Amino acid sequence: MKRIEVVQNILEANESIAAQNQRLLDKHRVFAINIMSAPGAGKTSLILQTIAKLKDRLRIGVIEGDVASTLDAEKVKDEAAAVIQITTRNMSESCSLIANMIDHALMSLPLEDIDLLLIENVGNLICPSEFVLGEHKRVVISSLPEGDDKPIKYPMIFADANAVIINKIDLLPHVDFDIPAFRRAVKELNPKPEFFEVSCKTGMGIEAWCSWLFDGVESNAQKVINEGG
Amino acid sequence: MHELGITENIMDIALDKAKEAQASKISRINLVVGELSGFVSDCIEFYFEFLSKDTIAQGAKLYFEPVPLQLRCRSCSMVFHPQDTLWSCPECQSQSVEIVGGRELYIESLEVE
Ligand SMILES: Nc1nc2c(ncn2[C@@H]2O[C@H](COP(=O)(O)OP(=O)(O)O)[C@@H](O)[C@H]2O)c(=O)[nH]1
Ligand SMILES: [Mg+2]
Ligand SMILES: [Zn+2]
Repeated sequence: MKRIEVVQNILEANESIAAQNQRLLDKHRVFAINIMSAPGAGKTSLILQTIAKLKDRLRIGVIEGDVASTLDAEKVKDEAAAVIQITTRNMSESCSLIANMIDHALMSLPLEDIDLLLIENVGNLICPSEFVLGEHKRVVISSLPEGDDKPIKYPMIFADANAVIINKIDLLPHVDFDIPAFRRAVKELNPKPEFFEVSCKTGMGIEAWCSWLFDGVESNAQKVINEGG
Repeated sequence: MHELGITENIMDIALDKAKEAQASKISRINLVVGELSGFVSDCIEFYFEFLSKDTIAQGAKLYFEPVPLQLRCRSCSMVFHPQDTLWSCPECQSQSVEIVGGRELYIESLEVE
């Protein structure tokens, strides 16, 4: 019997794999987005809208981590340049993607042929906030039917978001959702995110979201070049 | 909660360290878990049993050392353990506090053969 001192932070292990993932992405000039939301808020729909709008200008890859697959998930496979479905060893349920899973997925993606990588996280507002994956930007979607109190109930996920998307804006006449109050609550937690009000059904607001993404891809590629990558 | 992800990380770290030490079996993993980290040890044990199958960690005992939540008052510097979900200083009632203990989540040591 032998005792080994470890004292290794378990989340730090995740962070160091995430940093490694980001170096690999940067090497191939891939801009990666981690998309998080409650189940049904519209992650898959947003990915489809984004591909439709940007596919002539960018080569888009998708990592599908949402196990609750819908018919739309099949459509993602047809539309994206490359798609990887994450399975977490043989377990059917994980409450979040972790850096380790992305590390494996990146090995099977043609990174040379991808400019923008959209990562659909597991539908969950708690766990994904703990795990960085190596993404360049973190995006949270809230949809009108969920109500405007999500930032109060789930502060962590909003606290480090780079963009917050308010989806299903087409339903505004039918639901009680105070958009200014929602924005204020997010800003109290985090002053920095960009807000986008969109409808993945009508396409409203998708243009602005896509131009934010496009700028992100360009400025990240520029940054990597400047750093000699 | 995210016990599966956490358990995967525990496994990876433990297997790595055991390999470095050229161990043939991991018999015990000592974890330090803060009250605030919010992990359910039963869940970690459940996933661990699943994930460790056919590895040198199969059958290892997990030992969880809990660390209580500790807050420090920003007004009078008193360090205290809050009695309820309202985090206010028992000395001066200030609600401006910082967390000084209870967020820990790490592997302290392994016992190997
Ligand atoms: N009315 C409306 N429905 C939407 C919108 N976006 C998504 N949905 C619907 O919401 C449901 C869940 O969407 P999905 O993209 O699968 O959500 P996910 O679980 O976050 O991936 C589907 O039935 C979509 O058709 C929208 O902007 N407006
Ligand atoms: Mg989905
Ligand atoms: Zn005090």
